[in-house]
Amino acid sequence: MTDFPVPDLVPLPVLLPLLGAALTLAFRRSPRLQRGISVAVLVAVVAAAGVLLWQTGVDGPQVLWLGAWQEPLGISLVADRLSALMLVVSGIVTLLVLVFAIGQGQADDDEDSESETPLTIFHPTYLVLSAGVANAFLAGDLFNLFVGFEILLFSSYVLITLGGSAARIHAGTTYVVVSLLSSALFLVGIAAVYAATGTVNLAQLAIRVGDLAPGVALVLQLCLLTAFAIKAAVFPMSAWLPDSYPTAPAPVTAVFAGLLTKVGVYAIIRVQTLLFPDSPLQGLLMWAALLTMVIGILGAVSQSGLKRILSFTLVSHIGYMIFGIALATPEGTAGAIFYVAHHITIQTALFLITGLVERLGGTTSLDRLGGLAAASPVLATLFFVSAMNLSGIPPLSGFLAKIGLLHAGVALGTPLAWLLVVGGIVTSLLTLYALAKVWSQAFWRTLADAPKVEQTVAVMVASVRAGRHEVEAGTDSAEAAVAGAVHPTTRTLPRTMLGATAAMTAVGLLITLVAGPLFAYTQRAATDLMRRDTYVTSVLPEEVRR
Amino acid sequence: MTAAAAPALPVLPALVEPTLQPNLTLVLVTVGLVAAGTALALDRSLVRVLLGMVLIGNGIAVLYLVVSGRAGRAPFVGEDPAAISDPLPQAMVLTAIVISLATIGFLLALSYRLWQISGTDDVPDDAEDARIQRLAVEDQTSETYDPSSASTTTSDEAADDDVRQTT
Repeated sequence: MTDFPVPDLVPLPVLLPLLGAALTLAFRRSPRLQRGISVAVLVAVVAAAGVLLWQTGVDGPQVLWLGAWQEPLGISLVADRLSALMLVVSGIVTLLVLVFAIGQGQADDDEDSESETPLTIFHPTYLVLSAGVANAFLAGDLFNLFVGFEILLFSSYVLITLGGSAARIHAGTTYVVVSLLSSALFLVGIAAVYAATGTVNLAQLAIRVGDLAPGVALVLQLCLLTAFAIKAAVFPMSAWLPDSYPTAPAPVTAVFAGLLTKVGVYAIIRVQTLLFPDSPLQGLLMWAALLTMVIGILGAVSQSGLKRILSFTLVSHIGYMIFGIALATPEGTAGAIFYVAHHITIQTALFLITGLVERLGGTTSLDRLGGLAAASPVLATLFFVSAMNLSGIPPLSGFLAKIGLLHAGVALGTPLAWLLVVGGIVTSLLTLYALAKVWSQAFWRTLADAPKVEQTVAVMVASVRAGRHEVEAGTDSAEAAVAGAVHPTTRTLPRTMLGATAAMTAVGLLITLVAGPLFAYTQRAATDLMRRDTYVTSVLPEEVRR
Repeated sequence: MTAAAAPALPVLPALVEPTLQPNLTLVLVTVGLVAAGTALALDRSLVRVLLGMVLIGNGIAVLYLVVSGRAGRAPFVGEDPAAISDPLPQAMVLTAIVISLATIGFLLALSYRLWQISGTDDVPDDAEDARIQRLAVEDQTSETYDPSSASTTTSDEAADDDVRQTT
């Protein structure tokens, strides 16, 4: 490789946010400059990812070996079709959520109430998070994947405990310890992989894992899959998610729900297709997918808090992606990739809408919400479209993504695959039920019909009398919350926040419009993944392939 | 795998030979540390959980020593590749140690904050779980059992209840 490698766009999605994080930290006294830097950086990342997407389509995988080490030894960044698509989608999502967060920060400043997102820490941490996500998508070796995970996890620790209120500390404790355990397991997996094969480079592993004794390969696969399944919240390792996500500030929950679990799904796709193509664990993965879908959505049906309902649907729909991966056919993998792209946008949009609901109604508990459709028809429309999209109503992208997966399942035709097809349909219907419940309760009925409104006001008045405890706890100021609960129309939604949410929903709809080309793209990506030699030959020079 | 991957070699040694001979002492140390760490991590007190995490992290660091094969001289550029120990696991484990140091620091801050807020560093009961249980008990003992009021609730509400109880 030359001294100045040509594909120098590859590290930009990692480097730019890190640079931006340093700058925003340096300019922490000037919020306006911080906002400008963050937005500029993420726009640049989206642009770079877009060019990468085009490059990988034309020239095949873009590879960069860092630090001029002899080739299989250094760190490599690889952008193939899957990585490039993930980078584009995650870039757009992080950018829009950032705009939402900026809008929320400004609105909080205007109203002079306690800010939910202390800007000085928020911007650098948020940019580091996006660098970590990009690094995980681009990692060409297992250890760099681990580092990417750690970068994004560490910033997520900070973001999930922003403000240090009691509820967030409680949620953060669970989250940090669970993440630590999965990281420890991942490290053990990397150690075992290195001991068995003498490399952690994914392309080399693709060659060498096939030579291992089946038992050894199975141990490696189990170790890595378990670590990734915890991060992706696959049942039975999903219990941490609905407990930790809902307490964080709205933009943070949105970006977590959209991206973090999908990084785990991405890692599972990568490892399953590249390292363990003839995996004996497909049956196990199918059962995990089925249980994740069904148990997740039953959790959502039984909840009455909007944030928790959405967290459970998040867990449930991870099952669809695992379903596609477990089929281990090009169609299944293509369906899973399409589903990831669809689900990142739609889940983020729904959580942003939840943030606006909380702003408008003062709470996200369905027992205390009502009349939102009258209070803000725009918000109601956004929610309706997104909810229909998530639950898979034709012709939206959620329907197309599910059809793709179900089609792949039917094509495989084993009894377990049929069971998964049925499970997928049931899950889709139950998602519709859970979200229709939200619609009829929070948006359609009048506030007076909400069962616990008087109680809410009583509690809030009591807590105002009892002192500033709630203010200290980092939630909205109690007076504002009371005002919101009594007269939901007294608060208007800040334009920036509404605009970002509308844009996010529009991106979800855009996926519907470009579904044809996107499906063709994911099919090519899946074919690359299944054939494996495109990846291996473009990463490794001829003489070190063995 | 006995021979180490050395920077001077363009091609790594034939690695399919299954002859990694692990150092038994190091393996036992790993097992001991991870076992003790797991036992501590199951405790209620967050500081003990933290100590457990430290032990597990250290155990995994020792595991990387096992993985790096036989011991050798310090790996530097230009040395005879046969004489030095494998530098890659060392590089990896250094990274892992730095990361776990930072995480432990954060967890320490978290447990201090937990202690500030609640006066104890015990990991609290799952708010949602506790609330569902309380609702169930209340429903069973009340005379006016009304199934429509037996809905589950959000942790926001649970937090409200916590506020009420502490004030």
